[in-house]
Amino acid sequence: MKTFILAGLMAGLTALPAAADYTIIAPAAPGGGWDQTARTMQTVMQGEGISPSVQVQNVPGAGGTIGLAQFASQSAGNPDALIVGGFVMVGAILTNASPVTLADVTPIARLTGEYEAIVVPAASPIADINGLIEALKADPGAVSWAGGSAGGTDHIAVGLLAKAAGVDPTKINYIAYSGGGEALAAILGNQVTAGVSSVGEFEEQVKAGTLRLLAVTAPERIKGVDAPTLKESGLDVQLQNWRMVAAAPGLTDEQKAKVSADIEKMVKSEAWQKQLADKGWSDTYLAGPAFQEQLAADIASTEAVLKAIGLVK
Amino acid sequence: MGAFEFLIQGLGTALQPAMLLYALIGVTLGTAVGVLPGIGPALTVALLLPVTYHLDPAGSLIMFCGIYYGGMYGGSTTSILLNTPGESSSIITALEGNKMARAGRGGPALATAAIGSFIAGLIATLFLAFLAPWIVKAALAFGPREYFALMVLAFVTVSSAFGDSTLRGLTSLFIGLGLACVGIDQLTGQARMAFGVPELLDGVEVTTLAVAMFAVGEALAIAGLGSRAADEVIPVKGSVWMTAKDWSRSWKPWLRGTAIGFPIGAMPAGGAEIGTFLSYATEKRLTKHPEEFGKGAIEGVAGPEAANNASAAGTLVPLLTLGLPTSATAAIMLAGFQQFGLQPGPLLFATNPTLVWGLIASLLIANAMLLILNLPLIGLWVRLLTIPRHWLYAGILLFATLGTIGANPSTFELGMLLGFGLLGYVMRLFGYPIAPVVVGLILGPMAEQQLRRALSISQGDWMTLVQSPIAAILLGIAALAFIVPLILRQSGKGEVLSQLAGDED
Repeated sequence: MKTFILAGLMAGLTALPAAADYTIIAPAAPGGGWDQTARTMQTVMQGEGISPSVQVQNVPGAGGTIGLAQFASQSAGNPDALIVGGFVMVGAILTNASPVTLADVTPIARLTGEYEAIVVPAASPIADINGLIEALKADPGAVSWAGGSAGGTDHIAVGLLAKAAGVDPTKINYIAYSGGGEALAAILGNQVTAGVSSVGEFEEQVKAGTLRLLAVTAPERIKGVDAPTLKESGLDVQLQNWRMVAAAPGLTDEQKAKVSADIEKMVKSEAWQKQLADKGWSDTYLAGPAFQEQLAADIASTEAVLKAIGLVK
Repeated sequence: MGAFEFLIQGLGTALQPAMLLYALIGVTLGTAVGVLPGIGPALTVALLLPVTYHLDPAGSLIMFCGIYYGGMYGGSTTSILLNTPGESSSIITALEGNKMARAGRGGPALATAAIGSFIAGLIATLFLAFLAPWIVKAALAFGPREYFALMVLAFVTVSSAFGDSTLRGLTSLFIGLGLACVGIDQLTGQARMAFGVPELLDGVEVTTLAVAMFAVGEALAIAGLGSRAADEVIPVKGSVWMTAKDWSRSWKPWLRGTAIGFPIGAMPAGGAEIGTFLSYATEKRLTKHPEEFGKGAIEGVAGPEAANNASAAGTLVPLLTLGLPTSATAAIMLAGFQQFGLQPGPLLFATNPTLVWGLIASLLIANAMLLILNLPLIGLWVRLLTIPRHWLYAGILLFATLGTIGANPSTFELGMLLGFGLLGYVMRLFGYPIAPVVVGLILGPMAEQQLRRALSISQGDWMTLVQSPIAAILLGIAALAFIVPLILRQSGKGEVLSQLAGDED
């Protein structure tokens, strides 16, 4: 009897239309941006019936390159496997000289993005971005910057800023923190001259008046954020910390189209938009050839700036 | 409404039957993941986040608090009974706790850990409720140079955990410091001692090393002894409960542990481990029973256990007042807040007092529930020790492996677990203490990074290290702690001292 029921169940299961049971690799420890992106995808895909069961697996390490390497080798040809990644991964692949790159997986789409903000403590004598640039020009070493890990988005932002201001990027005094609020604490505690992180990270502090927001790295002013862009100040810097999703290598065109369609359905859903609003992420959905082009351009510019800072030989 | 009314109102919310159920689920889950090495509260909360999306905010936050406090507490159980720390903050607990358990005093050790955790959690949560805005101001005054001075103090005082021989203790410490160099250098992004192995780029995971050294090393040592294993473990000697003497020896360490753990937990780069190190060192210096240290002194369990729970509440100070998550679990709880459309930050206390006070009230409830859940279980837990040894250690190996794989599904990690397990076995064989290796791995990178940050900010001026009053005072205390014993020894009081410190050759 038991075997009969089991056999019946099996038959029933195989007869169902092939909605994929996705496994999403978050190549970072629980709690970070990639982990949250993966888990948000999980919630929305299950909630919208795009996939009946989605698993999230954390494979932390080395800016996502460990998860990426494992994903590329173990999931090849598996149409149900996804990995979350982003701008930080592009930088980590270069600085770690990772043997596995984004060319070894199938990038599907860019999902979200956050612009960077430059702040000083409220007690700082520096009043605006020009004041900061002048101080930087006068003595690059005397301006200490607090931000996330070395070679990450924040570090790249400072490098680009220095380059645009005509200051030698190798001379910048960048103090790397392991994220998780440590950098913010150093800025609030007046330990450093200035701070760099995503706009959202500083939002509450700026509202409370404990930090002064000098500029953002967006191409134009961000709605609801009272700060000029770097472009307005005559500095040609534009930078966005974006996050993406990729599928396994070795997929057929059909399989790729199916994954792309599922992701598009997720991004277009109301639940996804609500999640983005709750988390303060902006929707930067970009797929297909346009995404491929943008990705290639981002990789090239990141390599150039990392070389300029001296992190990549 | 004042703070007090808000708290009463919060308690009213948290005491509803449904909320109590959430709290119960939370502390049970938290204790379970705390017991399992490798799987921590951070991963558990992350797994539960999507599940709680449809629950009401208060209920899920109460559950998360339960997991958080439960995880801090659960780690002590395996530390004490099996010499296998479930979390890095309960490593120090294993030093005295396991010695107590082997002498048949596992019951009192577990009880002092449970009650100490409760008392520390209670006091620290009340501090969090009423003093958070002031504490956070003090914590922000800690910059790289102040942290470096704190690390120096920790290094000097922690040497008391080094066992009987200073030379052997230092050797162990330097093995840990060496391992700490492996991985990407945080300040420059360059790989050090990774030998091109990608898995080494993130360095050696503290829990992997701790589980390997303590659990795997111990299992190998037991297996190595085979039938010659003479020192039979006595499951229970005397009462399972704490005697009057245990109480009188525990209450001061509980309070001191709380006083040390809470402020360090509140510091953005403090962490739970340093509080436990400092607490252990303090208890060892102040005890009236120095001869028992290293052989199962109850103070050495009571202090650090209070310290790690107090630091758990301390971690919530920067989270609630500034929106700064200073631990992995706090980072996920922040994600939990955002899921309910709340942005922790300097304005949270003002804009959303009901929820903040509900959360603080639920911490109190979770804390009480942990005690109620765990005290009756002590009798059951100590029966673990009656399991025949070969089965018990086979089980420990299984859990150590599962925990490591669960936290990081990689064969390389498993290889490291076994490799460090062998190292732990060899060190045991030749009488080298294990704890300093783990201490070195935890303190080494912190001290190095903070020193380099301080020097980078000052552009290479070493004087910066003593130019801040806090740093200068901390370094002064460290210097005294180092020099005074030397002077005492010179002036012929060496014998008293060696008996006091117990770290002479």
